[in-house]
Amino acid sequence: MPNVNKNWLQGVVGFGLALLAVATRADELNMTQGVTAISRAVYDLHMLIFWVCVVSGIGVFGMMAWSLINHRKSRGHAAAQFHESTQMEILWTLIPVLILIGMAFPATQVLIQMYDTGGEDMTVEVRGYQWRWQYKYLDDDYNSTFGFFSSLTTPIDQRHNRTVKGENYLLEVDNPLRIPINRKVRFLVTSEDVIHAWWVPDFGIKRDAVPGMLNELWTIVEEPGIYRGQCTELCGKDHGFMPIVVEALPEAEYDAWYAQRLELEAARKQALSQTFSADELMAQGEEIYNTFCTSCHMPNGKGVPPVFPPLDGSDIATGPRRADHFAIVINGKTGTAMQAFGRQLDAAQLAAVIHYERHAWSNNAGDIIQPSDIVEFMSGQQ
Amino acid sequence: MSEAVVEVHADHADHGPAKGLTRWLFTTNHKDIGTLYLWFSFLMFLIGGTMALIVRAELFQPGMQFVQPEFFNQMTTNHGLIMVFGAIMPAFVGLANWLLPMMVGAPDMALPRMNNLSFWILPFAFSLMISTLFMEEGGPNFGWTFYAPLSTEYAPDTVTFFIFSLHMIGASSIMGSINIIATILNMRAPGMTLMRMPLFVWTWLITAYLLLAVMPVLAGAVTMMLFDIHFGTSFFNAAGGGDPVMFQHIFWFFGHPEVYIMILPAFGIVSQIIPTFSRKPLFGYDSMVYAVASIAFLSFIVWAHHMFTVGMPIAGQLFFMYSTMLIAVPTGVKVFNWVSTMWRGSITFETPMLFAIAFVALFTIGGFSGLMLAITPADYQYHDTYFVVAHFHYVLVPGALFSIIAAVYYWLPKWCGKMYDESLGKLHFWLSFIGVNITFFPQHFSGLAGMPRRIPDYALQFADFNMVSSIGAYIFGFSQLLFLYVVIKTIRSGRPATARVWEAAHGLEWTLPSPVPYHTFTTPPKITEAEAHS
Repeated sequence: MPNVNKNWLQGVVGFGLALLAVATRADELNMTQGVTAISRAVYDLHMLIFWVCVVSGIGVFGMMAWSLINHRKSRGHAAAQFHESTQMEILWTLIPVLILIGMAFPATQVLIQMYDTGGEDMTVEVRGYQWRWQYKYLDDDYNSTFGFFSSLTTPIDQRHNRTVKGENYLLEVDNPLRIPINRKVRFLVTSEDVIHAWWVPDFGIKRDAVPGMLNELWTIVEEPGIYRGQCTELCGKDHGFMPIVVEALPEAEYDAWYAQRLELEAARKQALSQTFSADELMAQGEEIYNTFCTSCHMPNGKGVPPVFPPLDGSDIATGPRRADHFAIVINGKTGTAMQAFGRQLDAAQLAAVIHYERHAWSNNAGDIIQPSDIVEFMSGQQ
Repeated sequence: MSEAVVEVHADHADHGPAKGLTRWLFTTNHKDIGTLYLWFSFLMFLIGGTMALIVRAELFQPGMQFVQPEFFNQMTTNHGLIMVFGAIMPAFVGLANWLLPMMVGAPDMALPRMNNLSFWILPFAFSLMISTLFMEEGGPNFGWTFYAPLSTEYAPDTVTFFIFSLHMIGASSIMGSINIIATILNMRAPGMTLMRMPLFVWTWLITAYLLLAVMPVLAGAVTMMLFDIHFGTSFFNAAGGGDPVMFQHIFWFFGHPEVYIMILPAFGIVSQIIPTFSRKPLFGYDSMVYAVASIAFLSFIVWAHHMFTVGMPIAGQLFFMYSTMLIAVPTGVKVFNWVSTMWRGSITFETPMLFAIAFVALFTIGGFSGLMLAITPADYQYHDTYFVVAHFHYVLVPGALFSIIAAVYYWLPKWCGKMYDESLGKLHFWLSFIGVNITFFPQHFSGLAGMPRRIPDYALQFADFNMVSSIGAYIFGFSQLLFLYVVIKTIRSGRPATARVWEAAHGLEWTLPSPVPYHTFTTPPKITEAEAHS
């Protein structure tokens, strides 16, 4: 019997030590408090319900432990034979109900705040793609002023353990979403293909990106900084590889960046009527290929047959009928993972990447693809 | 009853099981079919467990080590499908087959031939489902919740086989539940009134109604998928005027009751075991029955709490938040009743009791995290992270699975007439208990730190907890081989068990000899006060 007691004592001490160890690292173990009023309100709710659970747990587990220690047959404890008590049943039905009502009030309040999407200072459309995010900055009439894709930049060598992993492994992108601090930013969240979910833990907001649906979210970030999140709805092969990075800038800095983006946008529109040399096309094409195509068709163009066919040596990518190649890149292929990149890339980018695919690796179609060819193809298609 | 019928019954009492393979193929005996279900579910448990270990091996460290993302997704998906439909559900049906007729004093299930069919569908259904893993495009890779359009437009072609196998599983479940309802309502021995039935019978009766209500909904969902994929409809395709969110509503209208289908029989089992080893009647029998019925009712009106982030109007969010929080009330009543049953008992700690106590403790932890998840604003932070993974594994592994293991240790001596090795059983318990907590407790932390579920690779800050979790998974996984060893050892060389087996066991099954004869209660027993629940 003393042995049993000793075991229990050890157990309790061990558990206490474990709790202490946990408590000292509490910041790493708990939900983030975040940088918005909403995220802090959510954190407070989380902690409130957590402590409700802890207190109930101490009650339930305490009773259980007491019983398991003291009411043992080996201690000669004789069994009582009581088996009902209407009073007790009513009591332990009513008390939880009261606690839950107490919880429902603050939870409802926070939820109502979260749904208050009006009065925004600016609107950004967030669109999920397999497997990257697109951000479009909308004007007051909800027309896009400019937009860009935000894709994972962690090198494939890091993912395959061939090089040392960087600090922001899998949480880094080429073009982060930039927003100003202290302004109410509204997000319209949707998807181009399957369901994704857009989540930035530090803002305390998460919403599914559903094709055919526009979901609303908003945030007011209080501190400048870089905030990272991930897609949180299974969206296929590279679900784990489409992070979200948001850079919150001081207002003036944001306004300067925004003005610069508008200029860049004007320049981009001009590029559509330019002609490029083969070298320029190859260089730009490779960059786009590495962002948009490698995850399925692989950097060496060999693909992952049979699901993702090779481009190296393929009939479409080397054959004389360029229109076939245009069609599959621009319109995608129904029933497969091949997306319609005509809706993701502009004519100059499409020309470059198609030119690259026709001339990279062992491919040598011997032609040259200009933005005008794409524009012509797309207009003929309509 | 006419004389001829009596004679036929008398004939039955003489013959034992048929010899060889035909015994198992053509059997209509509830005990044989129960055995088939239990062994089948154990096989599925090992297959689904192997898949989980592949997942945990890949997640042991950041970076891609062993498998590619495509295959990883197939492993998580099939692990979920096989554990839910292949391991937990058939195990409970197996226990129902073995126990319900003996508990209510019936000679067999009400519909013995259908019983045979409902089992023998399963091996074919799962062979079909698992065979897709070896096909060119691979098997289901869209999560066990198979949200459209990932499971329709963007699915591998093999999804059609997946749909067909789910149809077969659904047919099997519906037949099983009809059989259980018919048995319980029509075949109880005289004097076995509803409110005298053992709690395991009650929980299964309610579970069977849940199954009957929601399996057709699942069949409807997959049929709509089939039509979207092959016949040009657009139920779930936004471009064709359909709605991907509708899929989720239909799925979870099935899915949430499904969650309780996997836990209500567990409540029943634990309510049988705890009184026996506390040597005290179950506390609050009536309230237990009402609590189970309330949970079953609530399970139909909480489904959208799985979809808080999908973008519902606020009125919907609030309704589903409040209704979900309400579930804590009847669940709390059950936990309080179990603790009160132990209170001032005379407790001993045989293996079934150890698993039952662990069930109460760890299921309660799963219940707490469930309550946290009910708080909609907080759910936005938890949703689709490892916090959810930790939550439902706490409810399903030390919850449903521990109750099944407890039931096997508890009734195995009755079934085969031999006692298991108590030291090995306890070793199995402690390994499982420690393994399960090392596996799933750290997942609360990685979830709160922001790790999404269903990802094959993760950011560096999640590395420590994932490594711990993987180690726990291997401890837990391999200790289940010990369970297999204990069971085989018992069947082969266990020492003989008495008819009562446990000092304080109550119920009709314990009035039968151990091992139980092939046919039992061919004449209905007389229900004495001692063998009724209280």
